Amino acid sequence: MSLRDSPLGALKVPLTWTAAVALIVAVIAALAFLLGDRRETLRASAYDRVRRSADTVTAPVGKVLSAPVHWAGGIGDYLGSYIDAAGENRRLKVQVAADRQWRDEALRLREENARYRALMGVKTDPPITTVFARTLTDARGPFSNTRLADAGSDKGVIEGNPVLAEHGLVGRVTGVAPGVSRIMMLTDTESRTPVMVARTNARAILTGDGGPSPRLDYLRTHDPVVEGDRVTTSGDGGVYPRGLPVGVVVKELGGGWRVVLDSDASPVDYVQILLFRDFSQLISKPTLDSKAIPSAATEPPRDPPPIAAPAKPKPKPGAAASAAAASVAGKPAVSDKPAAAHAAKPHEGAPSPADAVHKPTTKPAADAPMHKPNPAKPASTKPAGGKPTAKPGAPKPDAPKPHKPPPPDQEAAPF
Amino acid sequence: MPANVARQLNPLRWLGVPVLICAVFSLLLATPIRAFGMQLPEPVFAMVPAFAWAMIRPSVLPPFALLLLGLYLDVLWGGPTGLWPACLLVAYAPVLVLRNVLAGQSFVAMWIWYACSCALAFGFGTYLLMLDAGAMPSLIAVGWQWLVTAALYPFAHSLIERYEDADVRFR
Repeated sequence: MSLRDSPLGALKVPLTWTAAVALIVAVIAALAFLLGDRRETLRASAYDRVRRSADTVTAPVGKVLSAPVHWAGGIGDYLGSYIDAAGENRRLKVQVAADRQWRDEALRLREENARYRALMGVKTDPPITTVFARTLTDARGPFSNTRLADAGSDKGVIEGNPVLAEHGLVGRVTGVAPGVSRIMMLTDTESRTPVMVARTNARAILTGDGGPSPRLDYLRTHDPVVEGDRVTTSGDGGVYPRGLPVGVVVKELGGGWRVVLDSDASPVDYVQILLFRDFSQLISKPTLDSKAIPSAATEPPRDPPPIAAPAKPKPKPGAAASAAAASVAGKPAVSDKPAAAHAAKPHEGAPSPADAVHKPTTKPAADAPMHKPNPAKPASTKPAGGKPTAKPGAPKPDAPKPHKPPPPDQEAAPF
Repeated sequence: MPANVARQLNPLRWLGVPVLICAVFSLLLATPIRAFGMQLPEPVFAMVPAFAWAMIRPSVLPPFALLLLGLYLDVLWGGPTGLWPACLLVAYAPVLVLRNVLAGQSFVAMWIWYACSCALAFGFGTYLLMLDAGAMPSLIAVGWQWLVTAALYPFAHSLIERYEDADVRFR
């Protein structure tokens, strides 16, 4: 029996009303999708299964569609270089002559840096593995600036990996599927990149707005930037490694600062995905969560000192720290042990003052030589244990106050 | 009266085919093409059916077709999920309400109304993105995309002309 023949067939509802109801339902569904979207986060769960599946389907289609574009570009480059061979040869000779000077300078600086690093015991960053990929699709509207690249989780790409083009940084990976990954460009409205001005080390946040040149926000200090300054990643927060080239600063009409991206110098056809892991990816969140939170009752009782005899003023280095440690323990400073041995020891639970006095630390602290220099013999400049050694005569920093260590998640938090 | 005119309008013809064409054109324009060192514009083809469907006839199906089309654009372009469905529906709703007022106006007048509905959609998108991302998109970039989308009105006009009188119940 059809609806028309049923008793409900006599029920007449204006079509405009039903259309309006359908419209309201659709709007509510759209807003629900929007509220549930979390694409700007680094979490893998934010990139849902639907998007992964869609990217997996779109990638081969985009590869087929973009192939003629790449072929045409290759043919154009070939023809252009063939026609302009003589002129290009002249330009390259001039460039090689200029580059030779830079090469000599770079070699000299590299050798000098290596010596400084050895002297200071600086721990250099490990080399970063990279994956090359070709871009397949390109969204370039004001509300989203993303690309699909044909390298995905099967090649070890994960969310948050930085992406470089031929001339500089282009963005980071926000979604990964087998064989394909989604790159959020620096120009995307939700993109925030910690950068620094190479000349002054001034920190800023590169904020995309859908235009070709992102803004420099949160610049500090007085006149930290001038037009033409180079901008690189600062490494703050740990998402990007430090020193990746980003672009050049220009002044906008409104007085603010923007960055002309280095990556705009040529088409972003091929990209390099750095398999760089940031702090939040290296540290397991369940491990952090499983640690017991230290008790809040770590502050020792503040009893008056039982002996009124003042401590002998000792000009020995570290005396202040010893006093601090002893005052926390409720006793005057009488120990000749290195101050750091007591002071640097954090409270675990709530140690009693008696423990602190009757159980002196026999094991010397690892950095004891730093805190107890011999006046007759200046401290060696040779790195000890990979840590820089204090200069003789330099003001010695106070030993750290024994206090409750910060919770681990504060150290691991990228921002 | 020819028999085919008197028939009810097949949803696959006036809804399915435009959706398919918009999806294909959006995918084609998403290829990383640069001409003379410049990136090609990225018009929102889905604005064409969003305007035309409201003019052709009120129906239950177009809002959900726009919802699907918008979700497709969000997935294709990697934008916030739900942004383009909301924008398309916001452009569709006032045209549906003003359908009786707009019907019969000249080509140029209708083009202006179409540009206004596009501006409404882009303005709403800008507002939503400000709420979502906490930053204002570049108005130049928004204006540029609005301009190239508004230039698509001839396609909407042909769609309206083709199906406006196709269903005898809505003449």
